Amino acid sequence: MEKEPSESKKAQTEDESKGQKASAKIRDTQKGRESEEAGKGQETDRRSPEKRNNVNTDKINADKVNTNKKNTDKRNANADKRNADKRNTDKKNKGKKYRAANQREIFLTGGFFAALFMVMIGYLGYFTATSEQEMINNSYNSRQEILLSRNYRGAILDRNGEVLAETLVDEEQNETRVYPYAELFSHIVGYSTKGRMGVEALANYYLINTNTSLSNKAANDVAGVKNPGDSVYTTLDVQLQQVADSQLDIYKGAIVVTEVSTGKLLAMVSHPNFDPNQIAEIWDSLIEDEDSTILLNRASQGLYPPGSTFKMITALEYIRQNPDAYQNYSFQCAGYYKSGSNRINCYHGTNHGTVDFERSFAKSCNSSFANIGMGLDRGKFADTLKGLLFNEPLPLTLTYSKSSTAVSEDMSAADMMQTSIGQGRTQITPIHLNMITSAIANGGILMKPYVIDHVENDAGNIVKAFQPVSYGRLLSESESAVLKELMTAVVEKGTAANLSGREYSAAGKTGSAEYNDNGDSHAWFTGFAPVDNPEICVTIIVEGAGSGGDYAVPVARRIFDAYFKQKK
Amino acid sequence: MKEYITEISRYVIAALMAGYTLCSFVCLLDKLEKKRILYVLQNILMFAIQLLMFADLWVVSRDLEYLFFYVFVQVFLLAAAVIVPAIYEQSNRLLLNNMCMMLGVGLCIVSRLSFNRAIRQYIIVLASLAVSLLIPWILYRFRFWRKLVWFYGGVGIVLLGIVLILGEVTHGSKLSFTMHFAFGSFTFQPSEFAKIVFIFFLAAALWEKVDFWRVALTAVIAGTYVIILVLSKDLGSALIFFVGYVFVVFAATRNYLYLLAGAVGGSGAAWVAYQLFAHVRTRVLAWQMPWDYIDSKGYAITQSLFAIGSGSWFGMGLLQGNPVAIPLVEQDFVFSSVCEELGVIFGICLVLLMLVCFFNMMKIAGQIKDRFYQMVVYGIGIMYIFQIFLTVGGGIKFIPLTGVTLPFISYGGSSAMVTMIMFFLIQGIYIRLQQEKEKYHVGRKEKGAGEADGKGAVKIKESADGEGTFRVKKSTDGR
Repeated sequence: MEKEPSESKKAQTEDESKGQKASAKIRDTQKGRESEEAGKGQETDRRSPEKRNNVNTDKINADKVNTNKKNTDKRNANADKRNADKRNTDKKNKGKKYRAANQREIFLTGGFFAALFMVMIGYLGYFTATSEQEMINNSYNSRQEILLSRNYRGAILDRNGEVLAETLVDEEQNETRVYPYAELFSHIVGYSTKGRMGVEALANYYLINTNTSLSNKAANDVAGVKNPGDSVYTTLDVQLQQVADSQLDIYKGAIVVTEVSTGKLLAMVSHPNFDPNQIAEIWDSLIEDEDSTILLNRASQGLYPPGSTFKMITALEYIRQNPDAYQNYSFQCAGYYKSGSNRINCYHGTNHGTVDFERSFAKSCNSSFANIGMGLDRGKFADTLKGLLFNEPLPLTLTYSKSSTAVSEDMSAADMMQTSIGQGRTQITPIHLNMITSAIANGGILMKPYVIDHVENDAGNIVKAFQPVSYGRLLSESESAVLKELMTAVVEKGTAANLSGREYSAAGKTGSAEYNDNGDSHAWFTGFAPVDNPEICVTIIVEGAGSGGDYAVPVARRIFDAYFKQKK
Repeated sequence: MKEYITEISRYVIAALMAGYTLCSFVCLLDKLEKKRILYVLQNILMFAIQLLMFADLWVVSRDLEYLFFYVFVQVFLLAAAVIVPAIYEQSNRLLLNNMCMMLGVGLCIVSRLSFNRAIRQYIIVLASLAVSLLIPWILYRFRFWRKLVWFYGGVGIVLLGIVLILGEVTHGSKLSFTMHFAFGSFTFQPSEFAKIVFIFFLAAALWEKVDFWRVALTAVIAGTYVIILVLSKDLGSALIFFVGYVFVVFAATRNYLYLLAGAVGGSGAAWVAYQLFAHVRTRVLAWQMPWDYIDSKGYAITQSLFAIGSGSWFGMGLLQGNPVAIPLVEQDFVFSSVCEELGVIFGICLVLLMLVCFFNMMKIAGQIKDRFYQMVVYGIGIMYIFQIFLTVGGGIKFIPLTGVTLPFISYGGSSAMVTMIMFFLIQGIYIRLQQEKEKYHVGRKEKGAGEADGKGAVKIKESADGEGTFRVKKSTDGR
């Protein structure tokens, strides 16, 4: 122990003296050099005696000596400075912590991993905050069964508190999922055994979780029963659903009713339907029959040719491309339109005579719209369709199919003619058409359709409430105003005259979408009411029924009637 | 009663853990008086958390074996928390407390996942503690550690080579081999032990000379380690060794170019591995789109995500989730099971605790002037934290899954033993450091009045430098 300090002391003194010696050495060397230089100078003198210039050489030598002296001073000063620095650092060290030379690099490493971990923890936090439901709802997640083994599945109710689905428990703790309205809500409320569908799937997380009080949980535990799952209140309306369902009657097809200002789904019917109470019994036959489309929710998954309802979009594009000239439009309809070898007929070959823009729309004149479509810039049209969510994902939580269109710069004339009247390669789902119509009614802004209104626990306290969410603007306010006028004309003097003269004003567009070469067509209607301050938006498709004006418009009228009667 | 206990403990456990973590961060600060109180508070919090966790386990399962196990674990934790400071007065209490905390949580979680494995784990942890207690003493009893450069290099390669040639294939990788004894079989995972050898190799090779040729030579040996591991399909360990090498070279040379070269070289090697090995591509694919392969490649990672997502912030409560649905949950996915049943808040606190251990190691390394011991501490720190990054990041789909254990938490004897040895190596070096520091301060005080010009400080400083210390200690120990 004692040896080392004395050693180091020695080393230290040695070092110090070395330092002093070193600087002395430097000084010596300098001196030596000085004399050397001087000597050299003299030598040079001697070597070249002829060119001897004593005065000059002396002067030069004197200069040299000066410079050397200066250098020496500088070096000494530097050495002093170095020593001073050393002393300073020592002083600094005296007050500072004990530390290693590469502490900076080590702390940098610490900082690097700290940053890396912060990002990772941030990722974990984000995942936890956003993915809980998605994770629990995944059918591969076995925790669903754990929750179901602890909680009874909660009830699903309509917006007035009517029970649409509930779990009944008998004395032996057998649970039965009961759907009081049987087929009525088959697709939208769905089923929860044999997979899940509709609200049963969407709200599964809430239905299998419980927010009952801790004391209830304790009491249930003691009693050996499960906890009540939370109840899900939907935006659906039993009355409107009943009207829509009965109006569709025995036809295949779909009806979507939404609230314009919020996007709330008030009714959604798809035919053919099934009784979810019987799902276990009918399941095998449904699965075996590969042609069966009973389980398909036509309202959100059925892809149909839009037929004349697409003229809303063709008209929108015509307004966009001819904002000042569209009102001067005029066309002579002879019941058909021909371009090269391609020919398009008006519905049932009707000859509409001279039509302006509004009349073309109101009368749904195919010839005039083929003419309009042929004049459109196809690239811009494709952009508009993209903006209206064709070929794009829809802002929907329900299972849906993507609408498609083939409009592009290099589309053939024949295809373009077909497309502009809603035939050809364009396909749309009823819910998508409803969203576009609803956006027109809402001044151009699309509200995201939603069906879960809020979630309550068993004591009636709200666990979670959902608010209307805007998706964004699909078209400008002035464009929507023009389209509203056109759609009003359809009701007042066009194909949807059946809707005129009611207590409320309505607007919309009919369609008769041909789906085979025999001229058979699906009947479409999409529209809203009242015109000035639209409240509800209705979209109807009746498969294979015939013309929209004859088969879809009356259905819309009954639904509007029911809605406004209920409001009173 | 059961409902009250499980429901309330979900929140209380998370709160206590958060408090403990906060305590740990505060303890990292230097100028802090009465740290001792904080250390005791940490111990109290730890035992409170243990009590609640095992209460949960017992209340839900009504299984007496949990009560017995609880007693055993508490005895172990108490012993560790009391014995170590008693033997080594100057040991680092923060590192020790956090180690106990993590071991406690680990044993509890493993007992929930598989009780038999927990018992095995307990025995190994106990044995590891016994071995580890000797380490600080051995470290300074024998003086030749820094001279065995090529011995370390060789031993490590042999250890890894044995696995490559003789190893058993578990889940596609050669990780271990089993030795059979009269009293039972013992599975041994040499790559864990190779970590310590590797760190000693790097420290011994680089403490003195760090010129380019020296670095290049170590690169050849380190490269051999990594390549053997890649061939054994033990990608996680290969990455840990690689990153350990790059950072140790960086700290030893203080040359940022090596860091850059490591990043470039590492990316290049990763690309080559991706092109060459199908199992690397599988891992990357399972990371990028696990949902598309939910039945096959993505099964493990999606199950892990289900566990974390279902647990959410406060967890489902011990024994109330279904973590055993995740394949290899006791080893590679133990973090997901912690998140599922104890909650993501608890999981994050646990990761932060590990980060505190790492900071603590870096802080210690930053004070050691003997490059050899400094590199040992630094290397351990890097490999420790990077392993945590790999396993936690892999389990939450932050990075591709590499399949390494979470030190002190996962089931795995080799991993637990090696991590404990590493922690006690650091304790040993830390104890030395404390003694040196004392000498340093005493020395300065002794100089006292005559030191107006600061020369005394210079002297002590130099004596404390590098090999100097080593010699000092040697002479004392010699007697």
